Amino acid sequence: MSHREVLLPALPPPPAPPRPYTWSRFIGSVSMGVWLAVVVGLFLMIVNGWDPEKFARYGPSYLTGLRTTLVLVAISILAGAVLSFPIAFARMSKSRILSSLAYAYVYFFRGTPMIMQLFLIYYGLGSFRPQLESIGLWWFFREAWNCALLTFTLNTAAYQAEILRGAIGSVGRGQHEAASSLGLSTLVSFFKIIMPQAMIVALRPYGNEIILMIKGSAIVAIVTVFDLMGETRRAFSRTFDYQMYLWAAILYLILVELLRNLWVLLENRLTRHLKR
Amino acid sequence: MSGMITAVSSLLATLGAVLDPLCGHFGLFTWLASDTLLACGDTGWGDEIAGGVWITATLALATLPVGLMIGFCIALAKQSDEPSLRRAANIYTTIFRGLPELLTLFIVYYGLQILAQRFLASLGYTGAVEINTFFAGMIALGVVFSAYCSEVLTSAFQAIPRGQYEAGDALGLPRRRTMRLIILPQLIRIALPGLGNLWMALLKDTALVSVIGLPDILRQTQVAARVTKQAFGFFTLSCALFLVLAMLSSILFSALERRSKRAEATR
Repeated sequence: MSHREVLLPALPPPPAPPRPYTWSRFIGSVSMGVWLAVVVGLFLMIVNGWDPEKFARYGPSYLTGLRTTLVLVAISILAGAVLSFPIAFARMSKSRILSSLAYAYVYFFRGTPMIMQLFLIYYGLGSFRPQLESIGLWWFFREAWNCALLTFTLNTAAYQAEILRGAIGSVGRGQHEAASSLGLSTLVSFFKIIMPQAMIVALRPYGNEIILMIKGSAIVAIVTVFDLMGETRRAFSRTFDYQMYLWAAILYLILVELLRNLWVLLENRLTRHLKR
Repeated sequence: MSGMITAVSSLLATLGAVLDPLCGHFGLFTWLASDTLLACGDTGWGDEIAGGVWITATLALATLPVGLMIGFCIALAKQSDEPSLRRAANIYTTIFRGLPELLTLFIVYYGLQILAQRFLASLGYTGAVEINTFFAGMIALGVVFSAYCSEVLTSAFQAIPRGQYEAGDALGLPRRRTMRLIILPQLIRIALPGLGNLWMALLKDTALVSVIGLPDILRQTQVAARVTKQAFGFFTLSCALFLVLAMLSSILFSALERRSKRAEATR
């Protein structure tokens, strides 16, 4: 009877089996190839059609357009946030009349396209010029910029009111009860206990709303406000160069992606106490 | 055979003319607004606006299957084990969720036009090419819809436990039948509320196609408002029409949701 005198040395693990060439791998390679081709094609298109004169003439106007878009969105989001508080409270109030009024407001602004609301305010109210002049508001509704600002504010207020209502509703009943058992006044318990918890729930929807507003604000180009889209359309109507739209697409994509990643960072930072 | 088809189509056309909810024999405008600006026929704008409603509704309905189909494929790609497939699908959603719908519409419309022109030029045709605006609108809205739809479907896929697939394997069903018989029914049930929201967004986005000249509700209202100088009334009417469409679809979706939940135990 024989036996081993020494232990066998540890063998290396067997090689991994070759990755099978599946259908999904094929389709994946093809679709990555298509994206690559699209990127290369667009790059070549931009390089071949590159015109320094065009860039010098329209490049700066794209940047002012971008600034216009950002200013428009920033003002309307902030004004909408202020306006959304009374709407959300009216929606949550026990009074039938108040809550149904707020519901009707929210339903109207969420149920109709923003472009139609813009036309209703810009062209529709614009047809009441004598009446508006007599009450001294014509200077406001004469400018497309003001009308766009008003429309966006009213629109985003409706959406933000829903976000706020959902967020406040998501804070548990026990929190209200705990606050009142501590003898805190309604105001203090709302601002110190309810709001901080509600805002964490509302953070992500608010980010989505800002992105939706940036995208939605492109429609002001139709009522002659020269935001990024408006400048693009103006440049296209002068040059008939398809690239003009591609530049705008790249700018919008960068803007939205930056904002989205910024929001992820912000959310991670603000909810770090909830992580385990 | 062709005679029968003509007969059927003319019958349908007559039926449609009678039952048209706005301008038919029992239509709203026919009964309530026959002597006003909204009268049907040559004297008023009723029939133009009714046509606009028809275009808006058919555009949204025609876009839905396109968007759902592409969205489902993209969602499947996101589920895949293959990294390149997942990456390609993520690029798609990033692009089409990040671009404004209006810009997507212009890019698709002019891009298709340029592509068609180049293609025909290579075949030797050098005339001007016009892309059908309905088709361009359908593609652009369908692409945007599919990007959002894939997100909704992906989260619905993640809500289905692994055991369901394993149960399908244990029964000896092929992958395709597992998908059709086990996964899809549950997927629809989970994804229905999200898809309802997307349908509302799609309905509202159809208003944008008026910019490339498709005679939808908004376009017809604009023309009517410009001619009659009654902008406020006409735009209010078009908002009301959109609200009616939104209400109809929310009724339809809540019925669908109730129906999809009828198998669940009531407690």
